[in-house]
Amino acid sequence: MEKRFMKGCEAIAEAAVRGGGRFFAGYPITPQNEIPEYLSWRLPEVGGAFVQGESEVASINMVYGAAATGKRALTSSSGPGISLKAEGISYLASAQLPAVIVNISRGGPGLGSIQPAQSDYLQATKALGHGGFRAMVFAPATLQEAVDLTYNAWDYAERYRNPVMILMDGCLGAIMEEVELPEMKEPTFENTEEWCLARVGGRTDSHMITPILPEPALELLNKGKAMQYKMWEMLDTKVEEFMLEDAEHVVVAYGIAARVAKEAILRLREEGYKVGMVRPITLYPFPKASLDNLDYSLVKGVIDIEMTIPAQMREDIELQVKGRCPVHEYGRSGGMLLDDEGVYDAIAEIVKGGE
Amino acid sequence: MAEYKRPSSLMPMATGYCPGCMHALATRLVADVIDELQQADNAINVVSVGCSALNLYSWKGDVIGSAHGRAPAVATGIKRCLPDRLVFTYQGDGDLAAIGLAEIMSAANRGENFTVIFANNQTYGMTGGQMAPTTLIGQKTTTTRFGRDAQTTGYPLKMCELISVLEAPVFVARYALNSVKGVQDAKKGIKKAFEMQMAGKGFTFIELLTNCPTNWGMNPLDTLEYMNTNTIPYFKPGIYKDKEAEA
Repeated sequence: MEKRFMKGCEAIAEAAVRGGGRFFAGYPITPQNEIPEYLSWRLPEVGGAFVQGESEVASINMVYGAAATGKRALTSSSGPGISLKAEGISYLASAQLPAVIVNISRGGPGLGSIQPAQSDYLQATKALGHGGFRAMVFAPATLQEAVDLTYNAWDYAERYRNPVMILMDGCLGAIMEEVELPEMKEPTFENTEEWCLARVGGRTDSHMITPILPEPALELLNKGKAMQYKMWEMLDTKVEEFMLEDAEHVVVAYGIAARVAKEAILRLREEGYKVGMVRPITLYPFPKASLDNLDYSLVKGVIDIEMTIPAQMREDIELQVKGRCPVHEYGRSGGMLLDDEGVYDAIAEIVKGGE
Repeated sequence: MAEYKRPSSLMPMATGYCPGCMHALATRLVADVIDELQQADNAINVVSVGCSALNLYSWKGDVIGSAHGRAPAVATGIKRCLPDRLVFTYQGDGDLAAIGLAEIMSAANRGENFTVIFANNQTYGMTGGQMAPTTLIGQKTTTTRFGRDAQTTGYPLKMCELISVLEAPVFVARYALNSVKGVQDAKKGIKKAFEMQMAGKGFTFIELLTNCPTNWGMNPLDTLEYMNTNTIPYFKPGIYKDKEAEA
């Protein structure tokens, strides 16, 4: 294992290369520019291809083309650019093509702000494009986690023949941390040769890859996807449960918000308050069981902390809490950052509310 | 005497195009050339949205459907990953010259080493005959009921002319499919474009003037004369750029 001190975006880019990524297309947008900048020189080093697209729209469609050849392809962007990619992501889902899409999120809506925010939860988990499909959404909270999740992202994308999203806010994209870089995965056509256009592995038959299907076939595709989503929930849900055993208040937070919240929880624990945290690592599939199975004879409240206003994860939380305790929310938004004091005060007010 | 048979790249079935539609002819020409170049197992057809999408079902070789206007972006991704494959897009005028204008101009400007087959029938056929970016002035469509008016809709876009001023493209040509000579020339042009691509020369662009009997509201035979008197005088056939000839 190689250790390096890296910036978030660059760590993701290097992890993508080591995970077998061999094609990138993207368009400049802050705060994710270090990803295309890094890959513009790094991919050619390993025999891959980098294209700076004329738009996010074109870039996601370049990824669609590259993915159809069985190569591991990715793109990255931020909120406004992800909206532009929405059509292409839907096509990837329809044509059953694996790809990795990185969203280094910023303040929204609109052009919003270029400062970090967790403003794209709903877009990522509910509707990455038209047509009612889902994609797995990985939300790292440390750069090591970002490296590991990116490194393995195509394994999921190829297994399920579906796009996968890495959702990380601009804070994590910009900070530097020490990361352990995994070994290079040599890309093979092992998972793609059955259906890709490349006629690899001695295959001589031709293939049609299509985002349009006759109605009965499309319904069948959607039924298959529905089953797949249930399978993800059972097999692929990732979550960190932190100090839950005796918790009387449970924070739910992901990514940067979870890091800030953890500090506040540790401080409150020192003061004798029993606070724990559920940190979704997969936002979709959402770690339902972690919240559903809480001991609600103990839990007096659940607190949703997000760097966005209003909180976007709240409905997913409420669906599991099922009215068994109050659900609170606290956040900052628009590129205004969560800070230790603000998050501590928000949680403390609820936890100490009765005093 | 050459034997007239179905190209090996086409399925043994009807194409799905309306009777008298030149899309079927254009598709056939491309398939014939691929046969002649013995590229049936090596070609990848990047199909677009519109009537051209019917190619998805008649094409026997590798074929991929793409989003409206995005075929040149999809082809870019494919060709960058598979540089040895013969890659071409098959696009109509709404797809290429309206919604996909950024993709076609940018792919051409990058000099991507694939071929674009552009079927220009001056209308949105699949959606029922709306005004296309290439609809002629005065031409009646479902969204220009009294004829296209330049005052409010501008002028028909000349794609060969636009693309030929770019530095990177190596072969840019327009052919009209309403005459035997036009068809023969078009086939030569497609072949030249594919050969240049296979030699790694760069971006090649073939515009084929076609008809739409259904949405023009015309007998297929009458479309041939209509093209002579209306389409061809505006969209002049010819070779707009040939870097091989310039060299």
